[in-house]
Amino acid sequence: MPVRIRYFAWVREKTGKAEEVLDLPAGVGTVAELVIWLKGLGPEYAEAFARADVIRAAIDQAHVKPTASLAGAREIAFFPPVTGG
Amino acid sequence: MSVRVQREDFDIGAEVRRLAAGRTDIGAIVTFTGTVRSENDGGRIAGMTLEHYPGMTESELARVEAEAGKRWPLQASLIVHRIGALKPGDNIVLVVTASAHREAAFAAAEFLMDYLKTSAPFWKKELRPDGAERWVEARQSDDRAAERWDRRK
Repeated sequence: MPVRIRYFAWVREKTGKAEEVLDLPAGVGTVAELVIWLKGLGPEYAEAFARADVIRAAIDQAHVKPTASLAGAREIAFFPPVTGG
Repeated sequence: MSVRVQREDFDIGAEVRRLAAGRTDIGAIVTFTGTVRSENDGGRIAGMTLEHYPGMTESELARVEAEAGKRWPLQASLIVHRIGALKPGDNIVLVVTASAHREAAFAAAEFLMDYLKTSAPFWKKELRPDGAERWVEARQSDDRAAERWDRRK
């Protein structure tokens, strides 16, 4: 099923794109599994997700943990720890 | 109770007057304003750019504001956060809390800032005078500041 993936801040700069729509293969069921799959898409993804432990994720605009299920997700976002305020 | 994300500057006095207009149940109004420093981590800052996640930003700010409303008896609250290009001295964020008494207004304002800093999807990129750019790193002290409210819950 196609899912919109969005990237922010230095994750966006390293992947070279703000968003894209990807068909996730069977077997990619969690945020952590998606990160591993994305890292295989190309050197820019491998670089963007090299510090995978630092990167935060959101599903449908709500913060989630790496163990979160992607079932039913329409939009998944990856970004560094937030620095507003 | 309201939240706003905007490029334009805000006028603290005007915001407070609007929030309190026509109300006589408010006894205490606290405002916090965050501004751009000209120095960070020992380096000079020429400016900064604030990026955010449209949609999620507003919902996270509203969630944090609603949480403050559950914890303290607030008559009104407001969060305004700027995005885009900012210069040293510029306003970044405004938090206003209003309550019958000062304790709730002070505590809720501090809570809103602590939670906003660790959950609202904003990212700061600093511009150095030589043109170099650097994404600001999250501070562990901000995580600890937010966590202490969890312990009090």
